[in-house]
Amino acid sequence: MSAWLLRRFAYALVILFAVNLLTFALFFVVNTPDDMARMQLGNKRVSAEAIERWKQEKGYDKPQWFNASASGPGRWTDTLFFEKSVRLFLFDFGNDIDGRSIREEILARMGPSLALAVPVFLVGLAFNITFALGMAFFRGTALDLSGRIACIGLMSVSSLFYIISGQYLVSKVFALVPISGFSGGFDALRFLVLPVAIGVLGGIGAGARFYRTLFLEEIGRDYVRTARAKGLSEWTVMFRHVLRNALIPILTGVVAVIPTLFMGSLLAESFFGIPGLGSYTIDAIQSQDFLVVRSMVFLGSALYIVGLLLTDISYTLVDPRVRLE
Amino acid sequence: MATAVSGCARVCPGVPGCARVCPGPTAGCRGTGAPFDRLHCLVRGHRSTVFLAIALFAIVTVRRLFSSPATVRALYAGVAIIFSLALGGCGDAWNDPYPKAEQGANILYSSFVDRPKTLDPARAYASDEWAIIQQIYQAPLQYHYLKRPYELLPGAAASMPTVRLYDRGGHLLAADAPAEQVATSEYEIQIRPGIRFQPHPAFAVDEAGGPRYLSLSQTQVARYRELADFPEKGTRELTAADFIYQIKRLAHPRLNSPIYGHLSQYIVGLKELGDRLASDYAHLQTQYQAEHGKADPGYPWIDLRNYPLSGVSQVDRYTYRVRLHGQYPQFQYWLAMPFLSAMPVEADQFHAQRGMNEGRNLTLDWYPVGSGPFMLTRNDPNARMVLTRNPNFQGERYPSEGSAEDRAAGRLNDAGRPLPFLDQVVFSREKESIPLWNKFLQGYYDRAGIAADTFDQAVSVSIDGQASLTPEMQDKGIGLETSVAASTFYLAFNQLDPVVGGAADSARRLRQAISIAIDWEEYIAIFANGRGVAAMGPLPPGIFGFEEGPEGMNPVVYDQVNGQARRKSLETARSLLAQAGFANGRDAASGQPLVLYLDTVNRGPESKAILDWYRRQFARLDIQLEIRLTDWNRFQEKVRAGRTQMFFLGWNADYPDPENFMFLLYGPQSRAKSGGENAANYNNPEFDAMFRQMQNMPNGAARSEVIRRMVRLLQVDAPWAWGYHPKDYSLTQGWLHNLKPGAMVQNTLKYLRIDADLRVQQRARWNRPVLWPLGLAALALVALVLGARTIWRRREQRRAR
Repeated sequence: MSAWLLRRFAYALVILFAVNLLTFALFFVVNTPDDMARMQLGNKRVSAEAIERWKQEKGYDKPQWFNASASGPGRWTDTLFFEKSVRLFLFDFGNDIDGRSIREEILARMGPSLALAVPVFLVGLAFNITFALGMAFFRGTALDLSGRIACIGLMSVSSLFYIISGQYLVSKVFALVPISGFSGGFDALRFLVLPVAIGVLGGIGAGARFYRTLFLEEIGRDYVRTARAKGLSEWTVMFRHVLRNALIPILTGVVAVIPTLFMGSLLAESFFGIPGLGSYTIDAIQSQDFLVVRSMVFLGSALYIVGLLLTDISYTLVDPRVRLE
Repeated sequence: MATAVSGCARVCPGVPGCARVCPGPTAGCRGTGAPFDRLHCLVRGHRSTVFLAIALFAIVTVRRLFSSPATVRALYAGVAIIFSLALGGCGDAWNDPYPKAEQGANILYSSFVDRPKTLDPARAYASDEWAIIQQIYQAPLQYHYLKRPYELLPGAAASMPTVRLYDRGGHLLAADAPAEQVATSEYEIQIRPGIRFQPHPAFAVDEAGGPRYLSLSQTQVARYRELADFPEKGTRELTAADFIYQIKRLAHPRLNSPIYGHLSQYIVGLKELGDRLASDYAHLQTQYQAEHGKADPGYPWIDLRNYPLSGVSQVDRYTYRVRLHGQYPQFQYWLAMPFLSAMPVEADQFHAQRGMNEGRNLTLDWYPVGSGPFMLTRNDPNARMVLTRNPNFQGERYPSEGSAEDRAAGRLNDAGRPLPFLDQVVFSREKESIPLWNKFLQGYYDRAGIAADTFDQAVSVSIDGQASLTPEMQDKGIGLETSVAASTFYLAFNQLDPVVGGAADSARRLRQAISIAIDWEEYIAIFANGRGVAAMGPLPPGIFGFEEGPEGMNPVVYDQVNGQARRKSLETARSLLAQAGFANGRDAASGQPLVLYLDTVNRGPESKAILDWYRRQFARLDIQLEIRLTDWNRFQEKVRAGRTQMFFLGWNADYPDPENFMFLLYGPQSRAKSGGENAANYNNPEFDAMFRQMQNMPNGAARSEVIRRMVRLLQVDAPWAWGYHPKDYSLTQGWLHNLKPGAMVQNTLKYLRIDADLRVQQRARWNRPVLWPLGLAALALVALVLGARTIWRRREQRRAR
C-alpha cells in the first residue's frame, strides 16, 4: 500500500508539473507581460516607462523560459517560469497582481463555496438515492414511469433556467427567501435554502436515473432472489440488501467529486451572490492575473488527483476483493 | 418618527399611532382594507403557528402510513428545520437580505459589480474605485453638487487656489499674460484648519504621547488580522504636509501611479524625485535580497518626508504651493481628484510595517485612511463593503444654490443642512443584472441603473424620444434621472492608412461619405434603447464649448430642416464617394470593389447583430466591410502600431474641460508616433496651433470662438465618424432624496438622504410572503406518499401467479 501511495505521489508530481507548464505556456501565448501591465495600469495615459516600471516591480521583466544573460543554474532559475511556478509545489501561492495574498483569498472564499457545495452534494446524494430507490421499488408501475419522465425532463433543462425561474418564483413572486446575498453563521440558512434546492433539483435527473440503473442491476441478482425466497419483505430487501450492495459503485463515483467541492460553482455563486471560489479563476483570466490563474489551476489539478486517489482507496474499503498493489 | 420595537416587528401602513411598528401580532393591521389582505395579515401574524399546523398535519399523516421509527425521526428533523427557518426569518419580509438590526436604520443600500482593484488614491483611476474613495479622501477642491456646467469649489481647501504666473527670470506676470511668456505657474492652496482624520490605529498614541502602532515587530503584527483588532485608535488634524506627502507618493516606483507620467511633465521636480526614488527603492530591494537570500515578500518603506520635491513647498501648517512647468489651467481639475488628496504619513508608515502585507492584506490599498465624510468599516469586496459616517467629519453643508429644475425636484429642500445625512452606505456585490434588478424592485436597493434586458420594463420612450417611467414604476414611486455622460463613443479613421487616412481630398470625402452613411440615430434607437445623443463633434453636452441647436450642428453630416438637424441623404454620401474616386463602391482607377476593414473586439452572439448592422451601413454605399475580430490585447497592439484602418473607441472625461476631449486629436499625442491618446493619429498643424491656444485660455467668449473653429475644422476633416454621447439612466426609490446625476461629481454620498420609515413600509408592502405554495407542496408530498402507499399495498396483497 505504501509503495503504491509513493508511486501515485510521484505520478501526481509529474502531472502537476506538466499542468503548470501548460498553464504558463498557454497564458503567455495569449497575454504578454506588457498586456498585463496595461490591464493593471488602466487604458488612460499609460506611458511605456510606466509599463517597464510595472514589469520590473512585479518581476515580469525576466525571460520566460531561459535567461541567456545569467550563468550556471541561473539560466533556468532566473526566469519567469521558475520564479512564478516553483513555489506552488510548497503551496505557497504568493500575492495576486494587486499585491493581495492569494492564500487568504482562497481561505476566505472557500467557506461560502463549501456552505453551498456540501449541502447540495449531501442532500442531492440522499435525494437522488431515495428517489432512485423509490423508482426501483415501484419499478414497472405508473410511479416509476412518471419518475423516469420527470428525470428526463429535469435533465433537459439548463441549470441557468432553474436559477432564474427559482429566483423569480420563490424569491420574487412568493417572497419567501432573499434573491441573493450571503451571511455568516445560522443566518446563512436563509440565503442557502434556494440555491441548495435548485442545485439538488438540477442534479436529480441525471443522478436518480443513474442510481436507478444500479439498483435495478442489483435487484436481478441471485442474493436478492434468495432474500425474497426467505420471506423477507420487499422493504427489507430493498433497504437492507439492494441499497447496501449498490452503494459500492455509488460511493466510488462520488468520492472523486468530494475534493472538487472546494472549487465552488460559477453560475450559482454569481447569481446568488455567494462570495465563493466559483468565479475566482474566471475573474483572474479576465483581469490577466497569471498568479491567480496558475494557483487555481494547480489547486484544481491537485484536488482532482486527490479525488482519484481517494476513489482508489475507497474501493479497497468497500470491496474487500480489491487490493492496492 | 417611528421607533423600532425589538423582536418581531410588523409593518402596518396607514395606521395612526401605530408608529409603523406594531408590537402585537396583528394589531393595527386593519388599515389594509380588503378581506384577503386581512386574512393575509392574520396568517403573517401567526406565521409560526401556520407552519407548525402544516408540520403537525404532515407528521400525523405520515405516522399513520408508516410505522418505521427512522422515518418518523427524519420527519421530526425536517419539521424542526422548517420551524427554525420560519422563526429565523421572523421580520416583516422573509426575503429581506439584510440583518434585522438594520431595519429602519439610516443606511443607503447600493451595489457594485466588479471588485475594486485598489483603494489607494495614488493608483485608483476606475469609476468603481472612485465611487468608494471619493467619499473617504478629501481633495483640495470639489465640484458643486448641483450646478451645471460643472463648477469647482473648495473642498478641503479654505478657498480657491491662488494662481501666480512667472517668466523665465522668475518675475511675476499678470494673470492674463500670453502663454509663451509663462515659464512656470504656481498654485497656492490654503487648507481649512480643524479638519480631522477618521479614527485609525495609525494615529493611536501611547502613554508617553508617542505613536503606539508605528514600530511594531513582525511578531506583534502577527497578532492582528484586521484593523478592527487594534484596540486603540486616534486621530489628528489634517495639514498641508499631508497633501504634499500624497504628491510625492505619485512618484513612488512601487505604486505605479497611472498619472505619474502625465503630472511629472508639469509638476516641477516630480520626474527627478521619481528617478531618485526608483534608484533608492531598487537599492533597498537588492539589499534585502543580499541579506536574506530571497526577494522581499513585503516592501521597504521609504519616508518620503526626507525626499525634497523642488516644485512643492509648505508655506505654513495649512498652506502649500505647487509649481508647474509653463501654464496648465487644467491643473485645478486634478486638484479635485483623489490623486492629489491628503494622505497622512502615519497611515503609510503603519501599513508598510513588516508582516502587514504578508498573508493579511493590511495594506493601504485595502484600508483607506481619510478625512472625508465616510470611512470604510468593512471591506469584503467579494460580498459587501460598508462605509460608515466619519465621526470627525464636520464643517460642510448642503448647497443652497441650484437651478429651478433642482428646486422643483426638491433638491434644495435640505439647503444649508450639515452633511452627511446618512449613517452608513452598504455596497453589496451583485454580479448578475437579474438579481440586482429584482432586488431593486423589492426595495432592497435604493438606486439602480437599467440593463438592456430590463429597459422596457422600466422605461417607455415616446415617438419623439422622450423617456418616461412605465406605470409599474410610477406606482412604486420610483424616480428616473437621466443625464448625458461626459463621454463620447466614436469610429476612428486611422490617418496613417493609405485609403481612409491623410489630408488628401479623396480620403476626406470618403470619410465624410461614411460619416453620413452610418446612421447613429438608428444605432441609438436599436442598440442603446434610445440612451444616447448623436454626436456633432468631439465635445459632449455639458462641456464648455459645446453648442446646442443649429449652431452646433455638423454641416457635413446634417442638414437643417425646420430648425432640426436631419442626416444628409445617401445620395449626398454617394456623391462624396464618387468624388473620392469610389463611385458605386468601386475604385475608379482599378475597377476593384472598395473593401474597408474594421477592427473590433465585439465578439459573441450578442455582438453579431451590431456587426451586421455596421455591414449594412457600409453596404448602403456599396462598400464592403470586412470585420476583423480580435481580442483586447491584440486590438490595442494594432492601434498602437497604427496597423488598423477603422476601429471603435470611447473616452470618459477626466475633467469637464474641452481640452480633455480635444487632446484626443492633438498631433503630438499620436498613438502610433508617441504612444499618446490620439488613437486616430490625426495630424493637422492648424488644429494643433488652435489647441495650444485654447488649452491655456480661461472660459469665455474668446475661448468659445477658438473651440468653434476647431470643431468646424474637425467636422470637415472627419478624422472620426462622430458617434454618440451615451445617456446615463438611473432609477431611484421614492424614499431616496437629493440624487443628481453627474459623472464628474463623485463624492455624492454625503448629499443623499433617505426616508428610512417610508422604506420599511414599502418593503413590507412589496414583499408579502405568499404561503400557499408551501401548503401546495406539502399536499403534493402527501398525495405522492398516499399514491405510493396504495401501489405498495396492492403489490404486497397481490396473489402469486
